[in-house]
Amino acid sequence: MIRIEPREAPSRWWTIGVPMASALLALLLAAIPLMAAGANVFEAYAHMAKGIFGSTFAFTEMLTRATPLIFTGLAATLAFRAKLWNIGAEGQLYLGAMAAVTVGTGLIDAPSLILIPIILLAGAAAGAAGMAGPAYLKTRFGADEVVTTLLLNFIILIFLQMMLEGPLKDPMGMGWPQSEPIVDNGILPQLMPRMRLHAGLIIALVAAAIAHVMLSNSVWGFKLRAVGENAAAALHAGIGVKRTMMSAAIVSGAVAGIAGVSEVAGLRGYLTTDLSPGFGYTGIVVAMLAGLSPIGVVISAVFIASVFVGADTMSRAMGVSSYLADLVVALSLICVLIGGFIARYRITRTNKGDA
Amino acid sequence: MANTRVLSLNNLSKRFGSVVANDAVSIELHRGEVLALLGENGAGKTTLMNMLFGHYMPDSGSIDVADERGDMHPLTLGHPQAALDAGIGMVHQHFTLAENLTVLDSILLGSESLWSWRHKRKAAREKVGRIMVRTGLVAPLDEQVGKLTVGERQRVEILKALYHDARILVLDEPTAVLTPQEADALFENIGAMTKDGLSVIFISHKLREVLAFSHRIAVLRHGQLVGEIATSDADERVIARMMVGADTPATPRDAMEPGAPVLELRAATVKGDSARTSLHAADLTIHAHEIVGIAGVSGNGQSVLARMVSGLASPDSGEMWVSGDRINRFTPPVLQKAGVGRIPEDRHHDGVIGAMSVAENLVIERLSDSDVQKRGFLLHKSIRRHAEELCKEYDVRGPGIDADARLLSGGNIQKLILARVFECMPDLILANQPTRGLDLGAAAEVSRRLLEARSRGAAVLLISEDLDEVLALSDRIIVIHDGQLHEAHSKDREAIGLMMAGEHA
Repeated sequence: MIRIEPREAPSRWWTIGVPMASALLALLLAAIPLMAAGANVFEAYAHMAKGIFGSTFAFTEMLTRATPLIFTGLAATLAFRAKLWNIGAEGQLYLGAMAAVTVGTGLIDAPSLILIPIILLAGAAAGAAGMAGPAYLKTRFGADEVVTTLLLNFIILIFLQMMLEGPLKDPMGMGWPQSEPIVDNGILPQLMPRMRLHAGLIIALVAAAIAHVMLSNSVWGFKLRAVGENAAAALHAGIGVKRTMMSAAIVSGAVAGIAGVSEVAGLRGYLTTDLSPGFGYTGIVVAMLAGLSPIGVVISAVFIASVFVGADTMSRAMGVSSYLADLVVALSLICVLIGGFIARYRITRTNKGDA
Repeated sequence: MANTRVLSLNNLSKRFGSVVANDAVSIELHRGEVLALLGENGAGKTTLMNMLFGHYMPDSGSIDVADERGDMHPLTLGHPQAALDAGIGMVHQHFTLAENLTVLDSILLGSESLWSWRHKRKAAREKVGRIMVRTGLVAPLDEQVGKLTVGERQRVEILKALYHDARILVLDEPTAVLTPQEADALFENIGAMTKDGLSVIFISHKLREVLAFSHRIAVLRHGQLVGEIATSDADERVIARMMVGADTPATPRDAMEPGAPVLELRAATVKGDSARTSLHAADLTIHAHEIVGIAGVSGNGQSVLARMVSGLASPDSGEMWVSGDRINRFTPPVLQKAGVGRIPEDRHHDGVIGAMSVAENLVIERLSDSDVQKRGFLLHKSIRRHAEELCKEYDVRGPGIDADARLLSGGNIQKLILARVFECMPDLILANQPTRGLDLGAAAEVSRRLLEARSRGAAVLLISEDLDEVLALSDRIIVIHDGQLHEAHSKDREAIGLMMAGEHA
């Protein structure tokens, strides 16, 4: 008979080592389908590395890809720490992007220093509103937020299509369903000449730092962790559980909304329905890989962005499918989840019960 | 009563973490015998029966069961199917019937493969019919289970066990949900069944029915078998004494004049789902310098009383006053501000946040105090220094103040909670099962702190299932039964034991 018992205390080594080992193991496991596809594994991984570190352009592209993942990873982290399962970062991202093109395409005329904060705030508010609804339904009626946030994603996407065919449609867009471009004063500045990397990355890093400080050093973060770890004890101790959940929801939605602003105002310039290739959902993976640590989110977002960007290069060079990137991401998540389980529990064999 | 053994539990032990639920319990059962299993809540009765039925795996010990010919065979432990095959049937306190099936289908469920039902229904109907005639247990076979009364459902559960050829029937608090008339009918049926050779173990808190309908009584206390007695030799006083234990020397303490009233309940009523989870027009006054103990079998309204005083439940009618102020909103912060310190019943679930540090758990009720935070940010240095001091003063031992609280032992978690509660100098202390599961040293520390609080002028509401503890600490004792409070006029153990069982002298 196999018994599973909790370990006394998972060491620091485990909490850092498990995600690292999982990522490496995932890359190793991905070699199997690579070989099955007939590719030389070493060559393939060399191309992948080249696609990430091979040039300044490659490296900045990777960071550009990591930027929205840091935001959505933080959004998931902040909600999940309060045991609020926000699966709706994808929808909140689009709400933020819609708010950005609403105020940023000529509605307000102001210098950059004023306009950019306004756009960011508008996007944050829209994202926050998108998460406040499901959180209210949860705290008031006990509605399962996994269902409400997930389904809201599709509603928001259809709403977006309606807006892009209607009020937000660019009259100069040759009939394409896309918004007007963000005015020049509203565009996030580029960080390096001729590269696509933009100030969104700086905002993301600052957001991660703030999230880290708030979670570990503020009373709000204390309450959030308390509610997430043991809501019954938090309630008994006098912490407003519903209030704390609501505030976590609002902050989580706001950060996801800023992800949308960053993509629209930093990268694309205008809004289409393919702004996000699932950044909201990938953010959940980023957060889980990071063990729900804001600093870890930055690292895991960079890792996942590297895998995606590297796999693109590899697939072009070797002629293998770029779906391999999805495979590596999925494998590393599974490895981390199993690794996390092993870190927390001891599995022992007993002879009792076989009688 | 025949003298052939049908069941023998040999030295069964079961631990859950550090809690010993059963400690080397040995019980025998004979053919045609009705054995009553008695004990306070948490004494280990249900754990014992769950081991017999294979739900739990004993840590040590064995079980022998007789086959049809009376030969004893060891039972494979930890497998309900093995228990069923050996002829053991169990009727749980909460029924396990599918509401949308007919009675006949419910009885067949689990014994036949899903696809063979149709062919065997006729034979099954005849077999159930024969059992009904023999035992007098009658149930409408073609009715849906959902439409039956509670008493009828219980008959279906018993019929199901008998249909599976049970020779030993275990009933967990069978009369808890029945009207007195239904209960009498049930025991008549049990009498008829035992004449056929069935052996029965039933768990009960009701002394009267135990005395009226059993042949033998076994009493569990703190996981140990403390006595077995033939029912013909027992009366209520003897059993009550066995259940609550022998006299223990009282903790030395000074006599004190009670001061001003601190907690006052005036006809406070909380409507729960059942009599066991509600409070009926409770009147209670606790003064400064006074410990009032609430004695009772668990599930008689203690939890809801504690929840109300903690601010987790609001009374539907009636009033609660703390130190002369009427409580209008029942939330934990309101009661904290009113000067109520709360030691929760389930310290792991409600008392600490296991994944947060000892230091954080020590300040969790004081997050707005100026030595804990400044402008919304935690003062880690001050919090840690404060934790060091408290851990020293209250002797909280463990891997340190930065370690997760879940790594502390139960006794040290309780000391952590004591430190948190007592440092605020509350006027009223709610201590709900404060020593449950603690070793003697930790329990003595809890008692000492409560008496110390009484000396400095606090009022203490002590809720405990451990009558010894209530007797040792309380200035006055109130017995809670079915959500009603009755003052005990003396510290007579037997009289209180009878009141706990609902007998009012």
